[in-house]
Amino acid sequence: MPAQSHSAGPSVTFDTVTKRYANGTLAVDGVSLEVAAGSFVALVGTSGSGKSTLLKMVNRLVEPTGGSIAIGGEPVDQVPAHLLRRRIGYVFQNIGLFPHLTVGENIAIGLRLRGEKHNDARVAELLDLIELPDDVAGRRPDALSGGQRQRVGVARALAIKPGLMLMDEPFGALDPVTRDTLGHAVRRLHGTLGLTTIMVTHDMAEALLFADRVLVMQHGRIVADATPHEMLSGAGGEAADALVAVPREQAHALAKIEAGE
Amino acid sequence: MNEALARVPGLLAQHVLLSAAALLLGLAIALPLTIWSARNQAVARVTLGFASLVQTIPALALLALFYPVLLFFSGLVGGGIPALGFLPSLLALALYALLPILRNGVTGLANLDPAVLQAADGVGMTARQKLWMVEAPLVAPVLMAGIRTAAVWTIGAATLSTTVGQPSLGDLIFAGLQTQNWTLVVVGCLASAALAMVVDALLGLAERSIAARRKGRFWTSIGVLVAGVLLALVSMLPGSGGKHVVIGAKGFSEQYILARMIGHRLEAAGYRVSYREGLGSAVVFNALTSNDIDVYVDYSGTIWTNEMGRKAGPGRAQIVNGVAQWAMRTHHVRLLGALGFENTYAFAMRGDDAKRRGITSLTDLARQAPQLNFGTDLEFLDRPEWKQVQQAYGMHFRSAHPYTPSFMYRALASKRVDVISAFSSDGRIAKQHLKVLTDPKHAIPGYDAILMVSPDHADDAKMIAALKPLVGRIPIGLMRQANYMVDRSTDKKSPDAAARWLEHQIRLPQGK
Ligand SMILES: Nc1ncnc2c1ncn2[C@@H]1O[C@H](COP(=O)(O)OP(=O)(O)OP(=O)(O)O)[C@@H](O)[C@H]1O
Ligand SMILES: [Mg+2]
Repeated sequence: MPAQSHSAGPSVTFDTVTKRYANGTLAVDGVSLEVAAGSFVALVGTSGSGKSTLLKMVNRLVEPTGGSIAIGGEPVDQVPAHLLRRRIGYVFQNIGLFPHLTVGENIAIGLRLRGEKHNDARVAELLDLIELPDDVAGRRPDALSGGQRQRVGVARALAIKPGLMLMDEPFGALDPVTRDTLGHAVRRLHGTLGLTTIMVTHDMAEALLFADRVLVMQHGRIVADATPHEMLSGAGGEAADALVAVPREQAHALAKIEAGE
Repeated sequence: MNEALARVPGLLAQHVLLSAAALLLGLAIALPLTIWSARNQAVARVTLGFASLVQTIPALALLALFYPVLLFFSGLVGGGIPALGFLPSLLALALYALLPILRNGVTGLANLDPAVLQAADGVGMTARQKLWMVEAPLVAPVLMAGIRTAAVWTIGAATLSTTVGQPSLGDLIFAGLQTQNWTLVVVGCLASAALAMVVDALLGLAERSIAARRKGRFWTSIGVLVAGVLLALVSMLPGSGGKHVVIGAKGFSEQYILARMIGHRLEAAGYRVSYREGLGSAVVFNALTSNDIDVYVDYSGTIWTNEMGRKAGPGRAQIVNGVAQWAMRTHHVRLLGALGFENTYAFAMRGDDAKRRGITSLTDLARQAPQLNFGTDLEFLDRPEWKQVQQAYGMHFRSAHPYTPSFMYRALASKRVDVISAFSSDGRIAKQHLKVLTDPKHAIPGYDAILMVSPDHADDAKMIAALKPLVGRIPIGLMRQANYMVDRSTDKKSPDAAARWLEHQIRLPQGK
């Protein structure tokens, strides 16, 4: 869909969104939030704070028990779920590559669902982007390392040229170097394609480095919402300060070591 | 040996077709159930529970069960559903094939990686796309393993279809068991085992090709299987020639021999004949009335007591007449006539043993019965004759053991039992020096061998003319000798050869 690719990504609006799972767990508790079109938002929080749940409600992998979500002003439940999902790039926390398909087929699955012909050039282009050699296209996912698989997951989400990218811990299994390169690549793509990106991460440093805006989640609520600069200058509030303190202290320690030489 | 081998190709083709049809039907039922069960736990409990229940029923019993069930349904729709032969075999075997397919399919689907399934949703697959593009290919190797198990079970259990009149490699096994012709048994077993192994190997190859995602090899192995089924199908296409007649026989030598004699007469008269042998005596008369078989030999007393519910009393001739009138009136079945000999239940003991104990009649026997062990054929203990003997003489044995007829005689010889329910026309009575006990109270009715013709052929003048020469022509002595030729353990003759010998003895014009 070339028409979509170079236009700015859509805005995403959460209106008192709540999710209580069947077992009673209140995973998301009345979140209201406006993600501006074209912005790069990082969602940070401790394990179990409800990040994945919030993200999955955007493409309806999880249905909210209360409130509503709209993409570009259009409520997500206005379109059939499968059509909605074909427009949204989603990177899964646990990757979820199809083991019976080749890497190339995995990357192209979204195109296939739209009825497009398999396009080797497009697959090669995406492999370039995630810095994998072209010849892995013919391999099965089980013949890749964990980090390589994660990168294929990112390529699969990007293949459909989505306006909105939802990424759940996309760089979790990567070494720091690849993590950095891929992070920059995603950030660059976000800019050139004009995407709206919501990225879940544990790593506050990553959030501060790549995002325009950082959200901190705790017990199903957004407890801090600020730009990286505001976060670092202590405007994020108590919960945010605790998270920011870790990378800041590390950075200071590193600086001291460097200076000590 | 050659005679056994000559029968293999035809029976093998039948066996292949039956097994393939049952497996396909099983698949057609199991696949949708698998998907439904994987989506719904309650459904899974019911389907898997049912399939497991079916599995606990012995295959033989399952086959037999379909006979009354199909009769019932046939009655509901006013006839037309065959209760013997292909249909009940197909249904029973298909049910039998359900469990491994269903179980593997359901557990296979349940064990798929939830992350992969969520990814399928996440990239925007519809439920149907998810099924075909993700679930089906991922579960295929596990499912294939289930199909493979089902195929081996089906091929094995198909040998039992002989008992409901569907020809299969089991014909060799059952005929061999009855007549103690071990060559037949071994040939039948080897052929069905070989078939199972070949199919298992091909399906195994298909299974591994799926797992290794080698499409070419997968389709090659499936192609070979399909070609095998087609070959069997082509060989079964009805040949040219006259009208087709099915001759029924119960499961013992005399019946096999008489069926061949009937067959020879009808072939000479231009009919094409096939045999349904090894039918249970409870099934065979119903098979005749529903035209599943066209002609067979029964025994007057059997119909008199089992079908008509009458007690012993009148003489042999009155019983034959009574049966003839009743069969025509109620079922339009023609009793063509008695063959001339009687095959009645006869209580027999080892001669020396009977002398030592001073037993010559059932009255004597009743006095000593509590110290004696009783061996019977498979059905005697459930037959009205046994109840009548019990009532008339107050007979109570220390123990009672059913055997197939051949093993019953062996059990007596080896002193495992002391008394057996022998058959009066059996050649082994004389050869084993058995003492046949008299029945002073006439508790057991007359058992004249009688030719029975189905309603469809009751007025078939050509058939009646072809069979009439058999009536009244077979004396008990010759029948015993012919039976013994088949039953004895050395220098055995096939039922066909014994039939030819008997035809020659009674100077019957030989068939072609
Ligand atoms: N399908 C589910 N059924 C019931 N409870 C669930 C389900 N999925 C998540 N939860 C619960 O909801 C809460 C939020 O889960 P969620 O996966 O959104 O957390 P998260 O912030 O993504 O955690 P992590 O950083 O470990 O991925 C947790 O307490 C979790 O146990
Ligand atoms: Mg999560």
